[in-house]
Amino acid sequence: MSTSRLVVVGASLAGLRAVEAARRTGYDGPLTLVGAEPHLPYDRPPLSKEFLAPAPQPPEPPTHRAEHSLRAELDVDLRLGTAATGVDTAARVLHLDDGRLPYTGLIIATGATARQLPNTPELAGVHTLRTVEDAHRVRAELDAGARNVVVVGAGFIGSEVAAAVRKRGLPVTVVEMAPVPLVRAIGEQMGSACARLHERHGTDLRCGVGVAGLEAGEGTDRVERVRLTDGSTLDADVVVVGTGAAPATGWLAGSGLEIDDGVVCDETLATGAPGVYAAGDVARWTNPAFGERMRLEHWTTTAEQGAAAARNALRPVEAQPFETVPYFWSDWYEHRLQFIGVPTAEEVRVVTGDTDSESFLALYRQGDRVVGALGLNERKLVMKFRRLIATRTSWRDGLDYVEGTR
Amino acid sequence: MKIHIDEDKCTGHGVCEAIREDVFEVGDDGVAHLITEELTEDMREDLQDACDQCPTQALRLEG
Repeated sequence: MSTSRLVVVGASLAGLRAVEAARRTGYDGPLTLVGAEPHLPYDRPPLSKEFLAPAPQPPEPPTHRAEHSLRAELDVDLRLGTAATGVDTAARVLHLDDGRLPYTGLIIATGATARQLPNTPELAGVHTLRTVEDAHRVRAELDAGARNVVVVGAGFIGSEVAAAVRKRGLPVTVVEMAPVPLVRAIGEQMGSACARLHERHGTDLRCGVGVAGLEAGEGTDRVERVRLTDGSTLDADVVVVGTGAAPATGWLAGSGLEIDDGVVCDETLATGAPGVYAAGDVARWTNPAFGERMRLEHWTTTAEQGAAAARNALRPVEAQPFETVPYFWSDWYEHRLQFIGVPTAEEVRVVTGDTDSESFLALYRQGDRVVGALGLNERKLVMKFRRLIATRTSWRDGLDYVEGTR
Repeated sequence: MKIHIDEDKCTGHGVCEAIREDVFEVGDDGVAHLITEELTEDMREDLQDACDQCPTQALRLEG
C-alpha cells in the first residue's frame, strides 16, 4: 500500500462510504474521518420529507452506522465536531480547528451549505433546511401552528417542504424566480408538469418572481411579511429558504487547489495535488458518461464517489475514471419523481401516460442519443434507463424499448 | 451468500436493478424483488455496491 494515512474530511455520506470502501479494499493502515457536525453520519433526504410529518415526538434522523461500528469494526479514528480550516498540499498536512493532521491520502468530502437569502435581515421564523438542526427548527415551527408558510425556491427542498406543509393541512406559498419549478434539474417543459402537481395539491405557486425583502412585525424580530420583486407582499410567519446549496470550499482558500463552484477534479476524482481527491457535493469532476464537467448533489452519486475516491486515493497508479449516470428523486405529496441522466436536451418526449395524469415517463434526446428519463410514479420503468443511458443507447432504441414493455 | 430485501424500507428506487438487472427487479408493486437466488462469488462486488447505494438502505448482503 502506498498510503500510510488516509484522511477523509467530511463525515456525511461521501465520507462514510469512503472509509467503508477503504477498509473493503484491504487497507489496514490509519484511517481518520473528520466531521464539522457533532453527529455521526446521518441521512439527509428524509429531513425534508418524513421528518416534517406530524408525530408525537420529533424523529431522529437515521444514522448509517453506529459509533461502535465505525470505531471498532472499521477502526476509524473519528473526529466529530472538528472543522478543517486549511490544507498544505506540499507538506501534506490538513489543518483543523484543534490541531493538524498529516496525511498521505486526503479525500475532501465537505459537502455544501445551504444558500441564504441575500440582503435580508436575520429574523426569527426564517430557516434554511440542510442539517438535522435546521430540520428540527422547521418542524418545531410547523408543530407550533404556523399560519402562513412561505417557501422560497421550488427546487427539491422547497417543493418537498411545501408538500409536507400541505400534508399538515396548512397553507403554503412557494416563490420561484424561474418560470417553472426544478428548471435546472429537469428542464422547462417538464418543470411545468411539476408546477401542476403543486397546484393540484393546493400549494400557491408563484413563478417568475423573486424575494425583494423580508419584514419583521412591528417591534419584533420575527418575520411577518415577504416582499416580492413584483411589488406584492405575502403574509408569513414562517419562511423556509430552499434556494440551493453552495459547495463548502471556503476553507480551501489559499490551498492552491483549483476551485470553480466546487473542487475541480479530473475523471478519477483527483484534484492534481499529490494524494488529494474529492467526492460528493463538493466535487466538480469530468463525468466520462457524458464528457461534461459536473457537480452533483445527488445521494447515489455521493455514495458512489466516496467509495471511488477512496479506492483511487489508495491505489493512485491504478486510479479508475469515475463514471455515472446521475439519478435523483424527489417525493411530492404522494408522488415520486425520478430523474435519470442529464436534462439538457434538444427534445423531450412523453412516452407513457401524460403530464396531466398521475404517472408518466418522459425521455430526453441529445442528437441521436437518449440522455435523460423523467418518471412520475413510473418506478418499474424509469430505472431501466439508467443502464440504457450508460450504454449510450440510441433514441430510436430507447423509444423501441418502451414500446416493447407495453 | 444471500441478499435480504427489507420490503418495509424499500420504496422501489431501482438503483439495485440498474446495478444487477439479473438479480433485482422493481415489480408492478413498486418494490424490488430478487429474480434469482443463485448468487455467485463473482457478483459480490456488485451486490455490495447495490447495498451501499440503496437510498433507503433496504438491502443486506449476508455471508
